Amino acid sequence: MTTLHNMSDEDLLARFMERIEAGDKIEADDWMPEEYRLTLIKLISMHGISEIMGALPEKEWVPRAPSLQRKLGIMAKVQDEMGHGQLLLRVTEDLLKPYGKNRGDLLQDLFNGDLKFHNVFHMETKSWADAGIIGWLVDGAAIITQTDMLGASYGPYARALQRICAEEVFHAQHGESIILALAEGTDEQKAMIQEALDRWWESLLMFFGPASKETTGSSKQDVTIKYKIRTKTNEDFRQIFFDKYIPRILSLGLTIPDPTFHFDEESGLWSYKQPDWEEFKRIIKNKGPRSQARLNLRRSSYENNAWVRDALSATVN
Amino acid sequence: MSEIENGVTEASENKEAITSLLFQLADDDFLYAYRGSEWLGLAPHIEEDVASSSISQDSMGHAAMYYKLLEELGVGNADDLAHLRPAHERRNSILTERVNGEGFYMETPNYDWAYQVVRSYFYTQAKKVKVDSLCQSSYKPVAEVAVKVKMELYYHRLHWETWFKQLLSSTDVAKKKMNEAITRVMDDFGDMFSFGIQKQAIEKYKLIDSEEKLKENWLASIEPVFAALQMTVPTIPETLANNGRNGEHTVDLDEALRTLSEVYKVDPVASW
Repeated sequence: MTTLHNMSDEDLLARFMERIEAGDKIEADDWMPEEYRLTLIKLISMHGISEIMGALPEKEWVPRAPSLQRKLGIMAKVQDEMGHGQLLLRVTEDLLKPYGKNRGDLLQDLFNGDLKFHNVFHMETKSWADAGIIGWLVDGAAIITQTDMLGASYGPYARALQRICAEEVFHAQHGESIILALAEGTDEQKAMIQEALDRWWESLLMFFGPASKETTGSSKQDVTIKYKIRTKTNEDFRQIFFDKYIPRILSLGLTIPDPTFHFDEESGLWSYKQPDWEEFKRIIKNKGPRSQARLNLRRSSYENNAWVRDALSATVN
Repeated sequence: MSEIENGVTEASENKEAITSLLFQLADDDFLYAYRGSEWLGLAPHIEEDVASSSISQDSMGHAAMYYKLLEELGVGNADDLAHLRPAHERRNSILTERVNGEGFYMETPNYDWAYQVVRSYFYTQAKKVKVDSLCQSSYKPVAEVAVKVKMELYYHRLHWETWFKQLLSSTDVAKKKMNEAITRVMDDFGDMFSFGIQKQAIEKYKLIDSEEKLKENWLASIEPVFAALQMTVPTIPETLANNGRNGEHTVDLDEALRTLSEVYKVDPVASW
C-alpha cells in the first residue's frame, strides 16, 4: 500500500483534488497543497479580523443606543462579533502552524497593513441609523456570502460558519428592527435612514468585491471556487443581495441612491452604477475615512496592554 | 415585619426608601456597564474582549431590571429614568462613574487594565454582598430580581478574582500597577455601601442589611484572597468628598450621561 510519505507531490495533489471533488472535508492536519492553505489563511484571517475590526464602528453606538433594550441588543451583537473573531483566528492559527506563526503575528500583519479587513469597516458612522444599516444590510450581505461557504471543503471553517451564520441571522433581525422603528417614526427619524443608506450604498456594493480581477487587479474568487471553498462568484452574491433587499428597501419608502438602478428583464439581472473601484482599493489599503483611527485603537491598546501579556506569560511559566 | 408587596399601598416613607435603594442599584450597574463597554476592542486579548463584553451586557441587563421595578412603582418610564435624569438626581457610587483613563473611547484612549480589574473585582464583590442580602429583602420584587442577578454574578466575580490574583502574583510591573489601582479604587470606595440620606428608612424596613453589615461582609469576603497574596485588606474610607448616593458627583458623570443619552434626547417621545 502506498503511504503518504512516499507519494510524490503530484500524486498527493491528485488525491487531494479527488477528495475535494468527492465533497470530503479537509481537516487541519490533513495534507493540503500550499495554494489551498494560503488561500484559506488569507480568507479566514481576513474574515476573523474583519469581525474584530467590525465591532469597532458599532461600538461607537453601544453607549449611545437610544433605549435600554437597544443598548442590550447592540451589546449582545458586538460581543458575538468578537466571539466570531476569536473562533476564526483559532481556525487560522491551526493553518499557520507549518509557518511557525501565531496570533501575535496576525495582529502585527494587521498593524502593518498586510492583513486587510472588510471595506465597510473603514467607514465613518454618523448617526444611530448607521447601527441599523450595519446590522440589517452589512450583516445581511455577510450572511449571503457566508451561508454559501457552509459547505466549504475545509471542515474547521465550515463548522465555525455554522455557528456564525446562526448568530448573524439574529444580528440582521436586530438591525432590521432598528430600521423598522425609525421607518415608522418621526420625519427626522425617516430622514436619518435615507441619509445613512445614501452613505452606505457604495460600500455595500463594494462589500462583495469586484466582478472580475480585471477590475482591481486581483481576486481570489476563481481559486476559492476551484477548491470548493465557495460556489458562487462575487457578482452572483451581489445579485442575490439585490434580489433579497431591494424590495425590502423600497417597501420602507426609501430611495435607492442610484438613478440608473433597475432590473433588466432581458438579462434577468439588476443593473447598477459601478462603485468607484479605485476608491475600494484605497480603502482596503487602510486609506479609508476611519481606517487609521480604528487601527490606532487596536495598536494603542496592544501597546498599552503589553505589560498584561508579560504578566500573564510570567504566571504561566 | 410583614412583607411589603408592591409598595403601592405602603406609606410614602417606605416607598421613598425603596425608590432610593433601587436607584442606587440601577444607576450603579448602568454606569458600570457603560464603563465596561468603553473597553470593547481594547482588552488585553480577544478572549477577554468576549468575556468582559458579556459581563457589561449582563450588568446593563441588571440595571434594566432595577429600572423596570421603578417603573412598576410608578416612578416613571424605565428608559426615561435611565436616560433623562440629570447628574444631581443620580444615586450611583463615585467609583462606577470614574473614567477608565485619559481619552475618549472612540479615539485613542489610554485606559489602564489594572484599574479595570481592581474596580471590577471590588465592585463585583460589593455587588455580590448586596445581592446576597437583597435575596432576603422585605421588598419581594427586588428579592426576586436579586435571585436572577446572583446567578450571573457568580461568573463575573470568578472572572475578576482570577485576574486580580494573577496580576498580583506576577511581574513587578504588574504588582506596582495593581497596587496603584487599589489605592485609586479605595479612594472612591467611601460611598459604595452608603445609603445616603435614606439610610435609616432603608435599614428600618429591612430592604437590605445595614451599611455596617455589608461593609463587614465585603471585608470578610476579600480577606482570604488578600491573605493568600500576603497583602493587607484595604480600609474603606470613613470620610468622603462626594456621596454619590445623595446626588453628589464628579464631572466624569456629566460626560458619561451626555454620551449615554445622546440619541435618546434627540426625541425622548419618539419610539426608537
